[in-house]
Amino acid sequence: MDSAILITQAINGLQLGILLFLLASGLTLTFGIMDLINLSHASFYMLGAFFCASLTLITGSFFLSVLLALLATGLVAFFVETSLIRRLYHREHLDQLLATFGLLLCFDTLVHIFWGPAGIVMPLPAWLNGQVGLGGVVLPIYRLIIIGAGLLVALLLYWLVAHTRTGMLIRAGASNRVMASALGVDIKMLFCGVFVLGSVFAGLAGMLIAPITEASIGMGNDIIITAFVVVIIGGIGSIKGAFLGAVLIGMIDTMGRAYLDTLFALFMSSNAAETAAPAISAMLIYLLMAVLLVVRPQGLFPPRLR
Amino acid sequence: MNKKLVTLPALVLACSSFLNPVLAEESVKIGFVTTLTTGGAVIGNDMKDAVELAVEHLGGMAGDKKIEILFEDDGFKPEIGKQATDKLVKQDNVDFVAGYIWSHVLMASFKSVVNADKILVSANAGPSAIAGKLCNENFFSTSWQNNQTPMAMGELLNAKGVKSLYVMAPNYAAGKDMVAGVESTFKGEILGRDLTKWGADAQLDFSAELAKAKASGAEGLYVFYPGKAGGAFIKQYTQAGLQDSLPLYTVFTVDSISLPKLQEAGLDGVLGSEMTQFWSPDLDNDQNRKFVSGFREKYSRYPSFYAAQAYDSINLIASAVVATGGDVSDTAALRAAMMKADYPSVRGPYTYGNNHMPIQNFYGRTVEKDADGNWTTVISSTVFENHQDPFAADCKL
Repeated sequence: MDSAILITQAINGLQLGILLFLLASGLTLTFGIMDLINLSHASFYMLGAFFCASLTLITGSFFLSVLLALLATGLVAFFVETSLIRRLYHREHLDQLLATFGLLLCFDTLVHIFWGPAGIVMPLPAWLNGQVGLGGVVLPIYRLIIIGAGLLVALLLYWLVAHTRTGMLIRAGASNRVMASALGVDIKMLFCGVFVLGSVFAGLAGMLIAPITEASIGMGNDIIITAFVVVIIGGIGSIKGAFLGAVLIGMIDTMGRAYLDTLFALFMSSNAAETAAPAISAMLIYLLMAVLLVVRPQGLFPPRLR
Repeated sequence: MNKKLVTLPALVLACSSFLNPVLAEESVKIGFVTTLTTGGAVIGNDMKDAVELAVEHLGGMAGDKKIEILFEDDGFKPEIGKQATDKLVKQDNVDFVAGYIWSHVLMASFKSVVNADKILVSANAGPSAIAGKLCNENFFSTSWQNNQTPMAMGELLNAKGVKSLYVMAPNYAAGKDMVAGVESTFKGEILGRDLTKWGADAQLDFSAELAKAKASGAEGLYVFYPGKAGGAFIKQYTQAGLQDSLPLYTVFTVDSISLPKLQEAGLDGVLGSEMTQFWSPDLDNDQNRKFVSGFREKYSRYPSFYAAQAYDSINLIASAVVATGGDVSDTAALRAAMMKADYPSVRGPYTYGNNHMPIQNFYGRTVEKDADGNWTTVISSTVFENHQDPFAADCKL
């Protein structure tokens, strides 16, 4: 096995994991703290991508557009939380599922109306489109940027949750919602803030992936399921679990795609291996989840005192 | 109560369908099934625009009959496509059904049309099963059989002296046809093959596969990624900096739908990349000039090959209606007329094989800038002349 290509694939896996973490962090917070199943999380991923792509085409500046798009995504999230989501916290999971799925469809259609069905390709500054070589390993610069941005967000989130008063309240809410509110914590504000923050991270994930794929309708609907798997594997409500779970799943998915067919070819015909490998590698993460649910149903790193 | 409210309009509709035969005397009704929602709508809209242009160019008439088109959306799903087809055949009582982008949608809808003794014209999908064992006298294609275009690519690669190839395609029926096609004619060595996940949650990040392709040391990279996956693939190919070391050869991936978007994003790695196709906007014949200039004038963009095929499908149907003197009830006579392909096609003259798939030329095309700086495809060589698909032999017609 070539070590250069192994390193390349590991970095590819890390990059996918980071992206999943950005999505899953918001999901695990809303699911863990507010006990809200939020399928419309996928819409903020899509909206972030569309906002950022359009703004880049208008302003011509990638970084300015990311900042503006983060703001825009946050505003939409704030509006959605105060007008609709707020009413769902005390309802059953099935109601939440239906309402947020409806919201998801509404957002898909709104995007269709505003931007058309085609999707937008997002241009990148030339220096981000290049590659960088490190001792025989050549990598697209942009993928490294994604990893850097994701790690930065992870650190920020760690600091916020572990070392600030807000974080303490968030942890308190995750551990025992009723007790936290009995102690005078403004749960309404806290929930709104967490929802907006989670949605902004989802939007950031969308912005980061848009230059690689493109901004397209329903782009979040595919990846949200994987993000839920991350949340379950990591332990509902745990940021640390979301991070490690996301990197684990990113690695498994990428390595499965990269090496499974070679592995299968050892004991079956190469044709059968080439057909079976993509199907099996797509299943790997679900197999992992199934096994974990049997062995450790609370996830790898469940928040304490739940 | 609610139920009654629903059944009432249904009853009215049912009654009105008794009146339809009177209308059908004066017009020829064509049902057109394509994708008008989801991301696939980009292709569907291109086809719809081409159909409307074709009707306009025909003056709205086929002989002395008015042309009436009923568009239906397949939602990119076989089951919805079949429902839409059933509605067209049973409720709207159309005379022809045309369209179909996706092979799996066509496969699901196929029997609903041909078993009702109506004529089906595929304006894109060409699955091997319908060309071979399942072939039917009521089916016609104005596109190609799936394997033909990649077979031409294999031949093009031989002519260019490419000795080794890395192959990537989505893991579904047409993807496998596209891989089998190129491998049946390419004489060099296949150094690796990746079939990636396809469908509603298709894989769009190809980092792992591109790293493998690069490490394989192949002289060329052959891919088939239709629709939005194509744009995503080209971007990542360019970002990985492979255009100098691993030239790209594609089928149905780089077209006039993806090129404007790639140009907007400045991904010039795609300039000069080669593909094979039965048609190109610059193909030199009267009908094609009329089609391309008419399309560009009306919609301010280049037509895609999907549009070309849709435009041809309406012209083929109109030619058969004229040849039978407007008698659309005589399916046998319509079939005989369509078999002749006696209409000006945008690809130039072609004939039909026993399985009603076109026997036609295939060209090598290169991505270049036109006089106004727009990125488009230009014919660089003729790879196959009068090529017939390999499944015709399995067809009993």
